[in-house]
Amino acid sequence: MTTEQTAADLPIWRDGRFQADEWALAGEGEAVSEGPALLPLARFLAEREALAARNAPLGVLVEPNEAIEELAPHLDRVALVALNFPKYADGRAMSSARLLRERYGYRGEVRAVGDVLIDQMPLMRRCGFDAFAVANEPTRRQLAAGKWPDVPFYLQPTGATTQHEIPAGTRPWARRPD
Amino acid sequence: MYRYDEFDHGFVAARTAQFRDQVERRLSGELTEDQFKPLRLMNGVYLQLHAYMLRIAIPYGTLSARQLRKLAHIGRVYDKGYGHFTTRQNIQFNWPALKDIPAILDELASVEMHALQTSGNCIRNVTTDHFAGAAADEIADPRPYAEILRQWSSIHPEFSYLPRKFKIAVTGAPSDRAAIQLHDIGLELKRGPDGATGFAVYVGGGQGRTPMIAHKVRDYLPEEELLTYIEAVMRVYNLHGRRDNKYKARIKILVHETGAAEITRQIEAEYEEVRKTDLLRLPESEIQRIAAYFAPPDLPEKPARSGALEAAKADSREFATFVENNVTPHKAAGYGVVTVSLKPIGGIPGDATDRQMEVVADLAERYSQSEIRVSHEQNLVLPHVALDDLPALYASLKAQGLATGNAGLVTDIIACPGLDYCALANARSIPLAQDLSTRFGSPERQKEIGELKIKISGCINACGHHHVGHIGLLGVDKRGEEVYQITLGGSGDETASVGALVGPGFKTEEVVDAVETVVDTYLRLRESPDETFLAAVRRLGQQPFKEALYGAA
Ligand code: HEM
Ligand code: SF4
Repeated sequence: MTTEQTAADLPIWRDGRFQADEWALAGEGEAVSEGPALLPLARFLAEREALAARNAPLGVLVEPNEAIEELAPHLDRVALVALNFPKYADGRAMSSARLLRERYGYRGEVRAVGDVLIDQMPLMRRCGFDAFAVANEPTRRQLAAGKWPDVPFYLQPTGATTQHEIPAGTRPWARRPD
Repeated sequence: MYRYDEFDHGFVAARTAQFRDQVERRLSGELTEDQFKPLRLMNGVYLQLHAYMLRIAIPYGTLSARQLRKLAHIGRVYDKGYGHFTTRQNIQFNWPALKDIPAILDELASVEMHALQTSGNCIRNVTTDHFAGAAADEIADPRPYAEILRQWSSIHPEFSYLPRKFKIAVTGAPSDRAAIQLHDIGLELKRGPDGATGFAVYVGGGQGRTPMIAHKVRDYLPEEELLTYIEAVMRVYNLHGRRDNKYKARIKILVHETGAAEITRQIEAEYEEVRKTDLLRLPESEIQRIAAYFAPPDLPEKPARSGALEAAKADSREFATFVENNVTPHKAAGYGVVTVSLKPIGGIPGDATDRQMEVVADLAERYSQSEIRVSHEQNLVLPHVALDDLPALYASLKAQGLATGNAGLVTDIIACPGLDYCALANARSIPLAQDLSTRFGSPERQKEIGELKIKISGCINACGHHHVGHIGLLGVDKRGEEVYQITLGGSGDETASVGALVGPGFKTEEVVDAVETVVDTYLRLRESPDETFLAAVRRLGQQPFKEALYGAA
C-alpha cells in the first residue's frame, strides 16, 4: 500500500478500490458546504425545503435508532444514504439497507460508516451497501491485499442486492454469485 | 435424513476454510482474543473456565449412525474420550485444542455436520420434538420445516448481528416435547380450516434471568408463508429489540415492553410488506422435495402385540420397568420409540463416552433404521425399534450401562455444567444431580413417585431450564456461599408455566433433604397415584410445601 492510501486521503472502499470522500458532513449548526453535503436525518427533514434550492447533491446520515421510513418519501432527492454502525455488532443498519434497496427501490449510494470491519463487509454488501468508509487499519490492509471473506453460497434471496446473484437449484431461497 | 447436495457441501467447505484462516490469524497473533471472539462464536467455539469448548449443531436432534460414530471419534481423538449432549439438541466437547478445531470441523463436514450458529447473536440451531417422524400423536413431521429454517437462517446477511441470540423450536404434535412456548419463536404444526398444513406461531418465550411464556401472535399461518412470516418477525426484532442492556435484549423483553397486541400489529404489518415481494413464498413442490428426505422408513409390517416382548417383560421386572418408562408408542403398529437414558443412577447427566456413542450407533444400525435422536432432556433416542427386538436391544444397552429405565422419572435430571466447567456459575450443578439421583435411585421409589422433572441451573442464566422444572433448583451466591433456591410447578410442555420460588434457599448439604421433603409432601397429599407431581402442585399451591420445608408460619 502506498502512503497516499491512508484512511485520511482515501477513506472509501467502493468498486474494489479505495477512493476519496467527496462528501462533507454538516452536523447540527454547522455550515452546509458548496459541494456534496451530508446531513444528519433530523436536520435534513427540518431543512429540506430550504436545501432544495441548492445545486449540489445531498446525502443523509442515518443512525441505527432512526426509522428509515421517515426518509423514504424524499429519496428521489438524495444521492447518498450513509448508515452508521456505532459498533460492528449492531445489525440494525443491515435491515435499513435492505429496506432502502428492496422496499423503497433506492438506487443511489448506500454507504456503511462507523465501525466497519472486514468480516461483516460481505454481509453488508448482500444487504445493499455499495460503499464503505473504512478506518480500521487491519481491514484496510486486508482489502488492499484483495481479501473479501465471502462464503459464495447464499441461502437467502435478498432481493435487489448490489451484487448480481442468481438462483441456485430448485430452492427458492438459495442464490449464488453470477 | 436430510442429505447435502453440492450446494450444501460447498457452503460448509467454504465456511470451514474461512474459519481455518481466522484460527490461523489468531494463533499467529494477528487477531487479538477480542477480535477473534465474535468470529469463533459464530463457529461454535466458546472460551470456558479451563479451555475452549466446541459446540456442534445436531439440527433438529437427528443423527445417523455414521454421524454418531464420527462424534465418538472426535471425542476420542480430540477430547478426553467423551462428549456432552446439551439441552438444545447439540453436543459439546469441553477440551479441544484451538489448533485442532479446523481439523474437527473438516471431520464434521465429511459427515454433513458443522458447528455454525451454535452461539453468537444469530438464529441458533432450530430444535424440534425428539420423537419427530415416529411419535403416534404427530400431525406432521416438523423436521422438514426445521431444515428449511436452518438453511434460510445460515449466515443470514441481515440477521447475523441481532440484539441477542435467537432460538426457534417446532413441534408437530399437540403434546409439546419441544418446549415451543419457551423459545423466541415457537411453531406448532396444525391443520387449517381447509385441511391444509400450517402453523400456530408463538413469539417471545424464553428462560434466562427473566423467564417468560410466549404469546400466540398467529393462530394459523399457511405453510407456504413460513419464511415470509419469520422474516417479518426477525426484522421487527432486529430493528426494535433493545441493544442497551444485554439482559434486556431478547425478543421476550421487546414483546413484554411493547405489549403483545402492538407487537402482533407490527409483525403483521411487516409481513404484509414482505409478502408483496413474493421472494420467500415456499412452493409446495419444494416443501415436498425437502419432506421426502424425512419420509417414514419402510418398516416391515408387524402385529401390534409382540409375544417376545411380553414374555421378556414377564421374565424380568427390570426390563418391564425399562419398557414402561423408556418406550413410547410409535406411529407404526408393532414398533416403539426407545429413550436411551444418559442418566445412570449417580452419573453425570448428558455425558456419553466414545465407546457408548459407538455402541448406540451400532444398535441404531441394527434396530432403528440407522437413526438416532438427541433429546433436549439430554438423552438419546432410537426412534424406530420393533417391539420384538426390545429384549435384545435392552441386553446390549445394559452391557454398556445405557439401560437405565428412568425416562421422565425423578432421576432423569437435567443439569447445566455449573461450577465444574462454567465461569459464570454460582454453584455446582452436576454433583447435586448425582446426589439427587443416588438418593432417589431405587426403582420402587421412582415408580412410586412417577413422572417428575427436576432441572438444575448453576446460575440465573438458566441453562439447566430450572424455571420449567416441576422442581427447579437454582444455584445462587449468598455472601460467598453456594445456596440453592427451589422453585415448584414449572413446566415446558403445552401447559407451559414458570415455576414459583418456594422460599429461602438451602445450603449444599441441606438441599437433597429439602427436595426429599418436597417429594414426600407430594406423596402424602396426592389424591391418588394418578395425580402427578405437577398436577398436585397446581391443585395445592405452594403452602403445604412451604410448611413442610420451613415449618408452619
Ligand atoms: C459452559 C459454559 C456455559 C456458559 C458460560 C453459558 C452461558 C449462558 C448464558 C450467559 C445464558 C443466558 C443467555 C440469555 O438468555 O441471555 C445461557 C442460556 C442458556 N444456555 Fe448456557 N452456558 C453454558 C453452557 C450451556 C450448556 C452446556 C447448555 C446445555 C446443556 C446450555 C444451554 C443454555 C440454555 C438452554 C439457555 C437458556 C436459553 C433461554 O433463555 O431460553 N448452556 N447460557
Ligand atoms: S446456568 Fe449459569 S452456571 Fe449453568 S451453565 Fe449456564 S451460565 Fe453456567
